[in-house]
Amino acid sequence: MMRYVLLLFVLIFACKQNTSQEDVKLETETVANVQDANQDINLKDIDLKVYNFNELEPLLNKTEDKIYVVNFWATWCAPCVKELPYFEALNENYKNKNVEVLLVSLDFPKQYDTKLKPFIAKHKLKSEIVVLNDVDANTWIPKVDKEWTGAIPATIIYNKNKRVFFEKSFTLEELELEVDKFIN
Amino acid sequence: MKKVLKLMLLTTVVFGIWSFTNVENDKGYKVGDVVADFKLQNIDGRTVSMSDFDDAKGFIITFTCNTCPYAVAYEDRIEALNKMYAEKGYPVIAIMPNNVKVKPGDSMEAMKERAMEKGFTFPYLMDEGQRVYPQFGATKTPHIYVVQKTKKGNVVKYIGAIDDNYQNAEEVKKKYVEDAVNALLNGKEVEVTETKAIGCTIKV
Repeated sequence: MMRYVLLLFVLIFACKQNTSQEDVKLETETVANVQDANQDINLKDIDLKVYNFNELEPLLNKTEDKIYVVNFWATWCAPCVKELPYFEALNENYKNKNVEVLLVSLDFPKQYDTKLKPFIAKHKLKSEIVVLNDVDANTWIPKVDKEWTGAIPATIIYNKNKRVFFEKSFTLEELELEVDKFIN
Repeated sequence: MKKVLKLMLLTTVVFGIWSFTNVENDKGYKVGDVVADFKLQNIDGRTVSMSDFDDAKGFIITFTCNTCPYAVAYEDRIEALNKMYAEKGYPVIAIMPNNVKVKPGDSMEAMKERAMEKGFTFPYLMDEGQRVYPQFGATKTPHIYVVQKTKKGNVVKYIGAIDDNYQNAEEVKKKYVEDAVNALLNGKEVEVTETKAIGCTIKV
């Protein structure tokens, strides 16, 4: 793969030496190809785990000695995207405090490749991500939490003894405060 | 004695959950409540109230917007509901609840454009000042309330989703709103009175 990219770079370089119009056109095409190739590498690395609710449910009910933070989001949900960095920060900063973040995407299947994967690549998301694809929301929403009306963002914080649910947006401070309640 | 203890424990748990409940969720109409009328501006510049519809037997009140993918996925189905039920006495009234400063794509101008593009035949109202959606207790778009006109007022008969498949109208198995309106038209009780669906938070 590396060799292929190198070859393309050589080609671009070769094109740059030339000033005729046709070659200029070729150059832009080649550059575009390189960009595509680069993006392909990133996106192909992203192996989306797509679950129905039955498959997701065990991840909402883990029994290990940890604190789990589960956030329901989607790339099309502006308040979700806004708070996503806070969950990422939590995942990073609270690692040694036994906290695990799980991001459950509710993106539409037709946008997995066009929106979700590029979003994950662009923002270099580090938290674990799964995708929930289950159209019968009326059945599974109450199983996540009885109080959930279905609006996102929504977040569960739980350990094996306790569970809290939020249908709201978080600031980093609020999020840390809620998680700290589980730690202290 | 054990029974009493169990009951006490249950009461505590229920009460605990209840008191923990988001305050927002406790507000708003429940099935059986009488809905207060509203007076909101339509995309044609006029104001619309439920009392304007002399011949209506009820309404399919739909909180929706231009910018939420779930709402967009249901646009054609909302239009189809109006086509199917307006003349039978259950017209659709759509209300856009978002703060347009947060979502400029939901401005009155944008609402007009979208309605033109899609050929909406129902009123598409702006919840100016965002006062109506909290009365209903709507939390997201789309969020539907089927109300029936009675002597004591417009009574909520159904709250929730249009159907059970936002992704594909062809694969819908349960048409919640249609079932509710059909039941009311036939003088029957609505069987499924509340459903849950994913949607976009109303932007404040």
